[in-house]
Amino acid sequence: MSEIKKFMYVNRRAPYGTIYAWESLEVVLIGAAFEQDVSLAFIDDGVYQLTKGQDTAGIEMKNFSPTYSALGDYEVNKIYVEKESLEERGLTLDDLQHLVWEDEDDDWAEKDSIRLVSRAEMADVLADQDILFNF
Amino acid sequence: MKLTIQVNEGPYQHQASDSAYHFTKAALEKGHEIFRVFFYHDGVNNGTRLTTPPQDDRNIVKRWSDLAAEHDLDLVICVAAAQRRGIVDDGEAERNGKDATNIAPGFRISGLGQLIEGGIQSDRLVVFGD
Repeated sequence: MSEIKKFMYVNRRAPYGTIYAWESLEVVLIGAAFEQDVSLAFIDDGVYQLTKGQDTAGIEMKNFSPTYSALGDYEVNKIYVEKESLEERGLTLDDLQHLVWEDEDDDWAEKDSIRLVSRAEMADVLADQDILFNF
Repeated sequence: MKLTIQVNEGPYQHQASDSAYHFTKAALEKGHEIFRVFFYHDGVNNGTRLTTPPQDDRNIVKRWSDLAAEHDLDLVICVAAAQRRGIVDDGEAERNGKDATNIAPGFRISGLGQLIEGGIQSDRLVVFGD
C-alpha cells in the first residue's frame, strides 16, 4: 500500500433525508487513517450538509454536522464546494460552517479548508482523481 | 484489470445490485480480477440468507453466493451499515447479544477499511447505486 492515490468523496444529497451523507462521513473518517490524498466535493443538495446551525431535534435524528469541523484534525483539508450549487439554493459561503485546518509546515497556521469552485472547475477537480466515492 | 465493486443499494427495490452482479460476472468472464465486492448503505441487505423471492424471479442473494463460490470472490459487508440494518454473523451475534444470524454463504462482515483498501489495491473502483 505504498502508492498514494487521490481519493475524492462526492456528496450530492441533503444531510437527513437519506443516510448517504452520514455514511459518507463515516467512510471519510475511516479512510483518513490510510494516508491517501483525500478531498471532498459538495455539489447539488450536498451543499446543505455543510450549513451551520443545523437543528435535528424535531426529526429525532442525530445532528452529525459538528463532525465536519473535526475533519481538519484528520488532515482532511481539501473541501471543494460548488459555487453554482450554493447560488441555486440561495446560499452563500456565510451560510456554511467555517471549516479550518492547522498547517504544521506553516507554524500551525489556521487555514480555510473550503475551496469555492465553479461547476467547470469542479469538473476538472473530479477528472483529476484516481478514486471517486459517490454518495 | 483488477477491480473492486461497491454496491450501495439493497436487492429488488433498486437495480443497482442486479447491475453490479451482471457487471461482476461479465468482468470475470472477460478474465478480469475482482479484488473485492463491498456492500455499503442498504447494499448490506444483499447479504441476508433469509430472503425468499418468488420462485419465478431471480434470487439475488443466492446469485451472489453462487458467484462467490464459483470464483472465490471476497464479498464484504460493512459492519457499521450491517449493525444498523440487522445483518448478523456469528461474531456480531455474540458481540451484540443477538439471538440469531442471517448472513448468507460467501459473505463476511468487516470494516470500511476494506473498501478503502479495495480502492488502493485495484485499478478501478466501480460503484453501483443512485
